[in-house]
Amino acid sequence: MSAIGVRDLRKSYGALEAVRGISFEVQRGEVFGLLGPNGAGKTTTVEILEGYRKRDGGQVEVLGTDPAAAGSEWREHIGVVLQSSAMYETLTVAESLKVFAGYYRQPRPLNEVVELVGLQDKRDTRVRLLSGGQRRRLDLGLALVGDPELIFLDEPTTGFDPGARRRAWETIRSLRSLGKTILLTTHYLDEAEQLADRVAVLRQGEIVAAGAPADLTGSAQETEIRYRENGREVVLHTDEPTRALHELTAKALAEGRELEGLVVRRPTLEEVYLSLTGEAEVGG
Amino acid sequence: MRLLGHELKTELLLYARSRELAFFTFLLPIILFVLLGSVYGNDTVKDDPGVKQSKYLEAGMIGYGAISIAFAGLAIVLVIRRESGVLKRLRATPLPAWAYIAAVLTSYVIAFAVEVACLILLGRFLFDVGVPDQLGSLALALLLGVVAFCGLGIGLTALIKSAEGASAVVNAIYLPMAFIAGSFFSPHSFPAFLRAIADVLPLTYFIRLVRGIMLHGQSIWDLPGDVAVITAWGLVGVLVAVKAFRWEPKEG
Repeated sequence: MSAIGVRDLRKSYGALEAVRGISFEVQRGEVFGLLGPNGAGKTTTVEILEGYRKRDGGQVEVLGTDPAAAGSEWREHIGVVLQSSAMYETLTVAESLKVFAGYYRQPRPLNEVVELVGLQDKRDTRVRLLSGGQRRRLDLGLALVGDPELIFLDEPTTGFDPGARRRAWETIRSLRSLGKTILLTTHYLDEAEQLADRVAVLRQGEIVAAGAPADLTGSAQETEIRYRENGREVVLHTDEPTRALHELTAKALAEGRELEGLVVRRPTLEEVYLSLTGEAEVGG
Repeated sequence: MRLLGHELKTELLLYARSRELAFFTFLLPIILFVLLGSVYGNDTVKDDPGVKQSKYLEAGMIGYGAISIAFAGLAIVLVIRRESGVLKRLRATPLPAWAYIAAVLTSYVIAFAVEVACLILLGRFLFDVGVPDQLGSLALALLLGVVAFCGLGIGLTALIKSAEGASAVVNAIYLPMAFIAGSFFSPHSFPAFLRAIADVLPLTYFIRLVRGIMLHGQSIWDLPGDVAVITAWGLVGVLVAVKAFRWEPKEG
């Protein structure tokens, strides 16, 4: 049985259709990435799966239950990291974890959680004195303390410096090796590439591509040919690079001129992503 | 039940940790009682002959304590927790909403009980005010009042949009209410328009109820009008809360 099943999910806010009939499945033990720019519908989707929002249409099952109708029993098995950190500023790290541990029947031992999120040195530090990255790690700790089967991570590393991101990635990898199922949203392509077994790319509420991160580039993407002619840059996109190149070079040879600055290249994963999400035009 | 106990312990720890709550809602009524009591505690009340001002003030400060802890403190704390996302976060845990609300209410009732005990002991030792004899009635009246003000405090959170606005809105309501309802001075010397406002405020009736019991040896059953008005106001708060209480911050 899959951990998450979503079929034709729809959600609107007034006239804005935030999610327009998306479907996907997440297998148990899998790290699944919802990838897309801000406003693509990632958080709306995740918050429906977490039971925060009501859907307008479609079917949703999370650990075999409809989250819209789920109760305390179901919450024993899920862990949630929201997009923004929220906790009691006046408590220490250990106290915060203890408070949350008390909500679950079988919490994970405190020391294990502290170690898992790398806050051993900060155990007795008040939350308000933690750095942004440390708060985020405590956030993750609070989501893990109930020893959930399924963990939702909504943009876990947004705003991190590169070192903090690498450390967070390590932690998330170690969760995966504990056999947890993870649904992760991110707008960083490299994060999805590093962590996710499979991704779905969201754009304006629709899934525009899905699969293993490496497969996204393979899907019928055009090859780009660039050269300069009379000082002007010429860019060609083609599905048949061999033929296009042959014609181009034959013509140039016949006319006895050089194709200046000739480049033939496949798009990088980054470019595929940007073209899928429609950010390429905006970003130039 | 296990969750309720755990959350109550959490709430009491959070209450004890919060300097703002400790000072503005818990200590301030005690400090004001000592200050005002020292200034005019030995005078007698003009329109209540034979009653010492300090005794009169003690009942008023119990009323002030009730709104500052249950109404003002609770409303500010809940808005801050809502806007910072703590409430939203708690909704993702197995802690049921009823257990959370019950634990929060109980912790504020406990804080108020400690406050009342401090005021009565201070009155006894500083100003020679006797411990009231109708303790059963007093306890019932105080419980009714503190629960009603908690209800109003929770209802008020629905009308406050942001964490920044919380203390401003709450202070703008509860400080004038404390003054007009006669926490600090007898309202009888107030001009007519202030008395007209006082006549609709729940605190006026709560203080009158407490004074009736503490000063005149009445029982809570002798004052059904006051009990009815306080209960009605509490219900208004609960109704607004049920209709409009939010667990999630405004945006995001």
